Amino acid sequence: MKQYVHDTMVVFRRAMTIALRNPVWIFVSIFQPILYLTLFGPLLERVAQVPGFPPGDAWLVFVPGLLVQLGIFGASFVGFGIVAEWREGVIERMMATPARRTALITGRVLRDVVMITAQGLILIGAGFLFGLRVSALEIVATLGIIALLAAAFSYLSYAAGLMLKSEDALAPLINMFALPILLLSGILLPMALAPRWLQIFSDFNPIKHVVDATRAIFRGEIMSYDVMLGSGLALLIVFLAAFVGNLAIKNQSE
Amino acid sequence: MARSEKQNMIRTRGLKRTFKARGRAREKDVEAVKGVDLDVFQGEIVGFLGPNGAGKSTTLKMLCTLLEPSGGTATIVGTDLSKNPDEVKRHIGYISQSGSTSSAARAGDELIWHGELHGLSRTEARKKGKSLLKALDLEGVWEQTCGTLSGGQRRRLDIVMGLIHEPELVFMDEPTTGLDPQARTNLWGHIGRLRDELGTTVFLTTHYMDEADALCDRVFIIDHGEIVGEGSPKELKKAVSGDTIRLTMRNGADTRAAMELGSSLGTATPVQVGNVVTIQVPEGASALPEIISALNKKNIEAIGIEMAQPTLNDVFLSLTGRSLRD
Ligand SMILES: Nc1ncnc2c1ncn2[C@@H]1O[C@H](COP(=O)(O)OP(=O)(O)OP(=O)(O)O)[C@@H](O)[C@H]1O
Ligand SMILES: [Mg+2]
Repeated sequence: MKQYVHDTMVVFRRAMTIALRNPVWIFVSIFQPILYLTLFGPLLERVAQVPGFPPGDAWLVFVPGLLVQLGIFGASFVGFGIVAEWREGVIERMMATPARRTALITGRVLRDVVMITAQGLILIGAGFLFGLRVSALEIVATLGIIALLAAAFSYLSYAAGLMLKSEDALAPLINMFALPILLLSGILLPMALAPRWLQIFSDFNPIKHVVDATRAIFRGEIMSYDVMLGSGLALLIVFLAAFVGNLAIKNQSE
Repeated sequence: MARSEKQNMIRTRGLKRTFKARGRAREKDVEAVKGVDLDVFQGEIVGFLGPNGAGKSTTLKMLCTLLEPSGGTATIVGTDLSKNPDEVKRHIGYISQSGSTSSAARAGDELIWHGELHGLSRTEARKKGKSLLKALDLEGVWEQTCGTLSGGQRRRLDIVMGLIHEPELVFMDEPTTGLDPQARTNLWGHIGRLRDELGTTVFLTTHYMDEADALCDRVFIIDHGEIVGEGSPKELKKAVSGDTIRLTMRNGADTRAAMELGSSLGTATPVQVGNVVTIQVPEGASALPEIISALNKKNIEAIGIEMAQPTLNDVFLSLTGRSLRD
């Protein structure tokens, strides 16, 4: 266990240092959330007038959706990085050390979680400029759920990268999964506005419930059923994804 | 010390690896390694020689726990590879054929992180890394991003990475590929010192005859996934009877005459490539005058005569019927 933590932290520090040395990466990380808010937010203020729009002001509905999107999309593409590292022989080199194989993945996932949570904080901060008001507890709770989502999708993306080892195969795969998940989760527009059949359909999408949970938190309903269901599902997805991710790296010698 | 008293660092019996073809086409499966028996003893520098696709890297990856064997057994530094790969990894270093560093990371950082994954402290890793960089003429790359290193510098950094934890047994897959002659000789010297000073056992693959000749105590020759020869470079060369005489003739008729002569004098069937005839003789020094006078009698003159002691390439040729460069 002690070695596992040590190895994970070494891999985490390495991934973090390399990411922070890339100025483009930093720039995009900071400005992407702000850009989303500025370009899409004003549009939403109009939509919020429509009957059937969930309670709360437009920003309370919109920002949680953006946060979930950040968690999913930000983490979904990290698999490209591991394909590149595989090609450079980094993964193989690390696999021949006594380091635990699962630590090689988990350390990288941890980096992604930290990065995405930081982006989420920036996004909420930008939201304040637009008039969003939430308490510190609500921010922490929401970011906790976003961190879980980021971890899950990061594990899955690394698993896919390690199995496919090709950017050309990875890109369509990610789009195929991430896009429907996003569209069917009511991230941008609440599913309450959708026709009945689509609503039923989206009930089967766990991410929808995660989005509902973050919105409930922003409304100040932390102790609600929505929050329990959403965060429970997020936790479950993390466990499944971690299992898949660890399996993918353990199977590398077959 | 007699070989049998020394510890067996690598011992394999019937080690096999088959790569399954996609789909059900079993006949398309690649039998990369077809049952290899190796014994490497403590403090030896052993070369693994073979042409492209012979199965060298596949064998190395199996011995480094990176690839599961399809059959056979292997014991590495006294530990059963299939039963306890984690223990095996504590004793070995691996330098892959194709690089090991991220182009976005700084050389010194990669070294420290790699050392830490091997259980070294940051201070130890820095100290060891710096001294190894110095030994391989890489002072000054510590702060440099790996992507900006020259090909040969980056290759040497791979080697430093693989040695940072002072492993008892090092696997090097074509360590000198891409190095200039000076860097190559320097690396040979370093590998020799590793063995002399630390007792490190080295198992390295190479295509280069002179490398095996200059560096290795013993050589295994692999071809099509099978060991076709084993011994010290000297022993192997002795096994190829005699020396090689290469005659370059002026025209086709002269070449035919030289071939006839070669058939009667040589120990093996002479080989003709264009107008060049290669003849194997028991002893070059005495056969040469004989050949020249025999040609003179027929009023033929060779435009080039070359005599060579057997190289490992000749050894390979005589063992497999093919040249290593094929
Ligand atoms: N992952 C793989 N899948 C399928 N076939 C493979 C795989 N890896 C290697 N092979 C095949 O196994 C055989 C042996 O390959 P290997 O890399 O061991 O050769 P090598 O002796 O290292 O050659 P080189 O000198 O070119 O490095 C080759 O025919 C190769 O195509
Ligand atoms: Mg190879």
